[in-house]
Amino acid sequence: MALYRDQAVVLRTHKLGEADRIITLMTKSHGRLRAVAKGVRRTKSKFGARLEPASHVDIQLYVGKSLDIVVQVESIENYGDVISADYQKWTVAHAILEGGERFTNNEHEPATQQFLLITGALKALAHQSHDPLLILDAYLLRSLSIAGFAPSTADCSICGEIGPHKYFSLVGGGSVCPRCKPSASATPNPATLQLMGDLLSGNWNRADLSEVKSRREASGLVAAYLQWHLERGLKSLPYVERNVFTTESAI
Amino acid sequence: MYEGVIGQLIDQLGKLPGIGPKSAQRIAFHLIQSDRIEVEELVEVLRTVREKVKFCQICGNVSEEIECRICRDPRRDLSTICVVEESKDVVAIERTREFKGRYHVLGGAISPIDGIGPEQLRVKELLARLANTAIVEVIIATDPNLEGEATATYLARLIKPMGITISRLASGLPVGGDLEYADEVTLGRAFEGRRNLEF
Repeated sequence: MALYRDQAVVLRTHKLGEADRIITLMTKSHGRLRAVAKGVRRTKSKFGARLEPASHVDIQLYVGKSLDIVVQVESIENYGDVISADYQKWTVAHAILEGGERFTNNEHEPATQQFLLITGALKALAHQSHDPLLILDAYLLRSLSIAGFAPSTADCSICGEIGPHKYFSLVGGGSVCPRCKPSASATPNPATLQLMGDLLSGNWNRADLSEVKSRREASGLVAAYLQWHLERGLKSLPYVERNVFTTESAI
Repeated sequence: MYEGVIGQLIDQLGKLPGIGPKSAQRIAFHLIQSDRIEVEELVEVLRTVREKVKFCQICGNVSEEIECRICRDPRRDLSTICVVEESKDVVAIERTREFKGRYHVLGGAISPIDGIGPEQLRVKELLARLANTAIVEVIIATDPNLEGEATATYLARLIKPMGITISRLASGLPVGGDLEYADEVTLGRAFEGRRNLEF
């Protein structure tokens, strides 16, 4: 029996048969993979509670015919409880977890950077280090960067002319100078592009001080840029809670 | 692999949840070898279920009438509503014989990653019920997993301004289990929800 052990974050779960689940994991060394966790839906399951979405676990699996089988699980960090107690954080976490799936094309292809991004984002979310929406945008921008689609936020992404520039183009790859700008370019506020640059580079001191208006515009640009490069957006992104909650606005 | 109606039957059975190709083949051959009357009874039941069973107008539970048996029962406590994800959960709670109020079936739990938001659930209907009737307590009995917890958080936030008592089913150790085998999440919840012993 070929056994292996790795650190992993649970991205999502599917019900399987009577009491089993298929668990989609983002592992540190083996990339994204799906594994069968047997009997985890029973109340007496020894590790069912550790295999909830957003759990960071130390997991042992054995190689199965089509899917690997979960043998043992130990918790490293259980972010789920804190995150599910706050609806906005919960919706943000879902977008991050779905991003983990979408930014990795093939199973078992090592994706350590993506694993570290997800664990970092979940930790920041659970510990309330920054605004949850900023954490989401930083995660998406950095994931795009790892995938080779980092948007330019200052210099022209086409001719390289030193910026900042007034225009932003999804097709052109970010900031573009007046000479290179494609026809459907946006003209965001300069503070918005600066915020996107800060989120990409990890300048949190400045990002935390940004204005709500810039954050909203940056979120819109990030979502559009993501959709352009992934060809279809994340399912969970429209459900992310972006407004201040009121009972009337909820439904 | 199989041609004609046998192949069609196996394909149709294979669409059912939890039925793989092998199971579908086994069930198909069982039906072929079964007594004709038994198969006709099965066909009749399937047809009747599809025609007669609908969702209760009040709570969303499965029912053969416009209102389900529980909503029609005048002996049920009208001041308490237990919110569950699926009709199966109503049956599970009814088996305990502990709850005498009425139910509200949401039709699932919020799961943005699967494209399920509050709009896809019967949340509006719940709020309408709470606004129009004299409900004193809402018991949220969604599944004790993260989707269930997040749905409970969302509902509690909506209902709180209405001044109604909101409670959540307790989580913790299963009856008949050993403490040493409990995982830290479950044991942690059991500690959080511990209660005073009164004699």
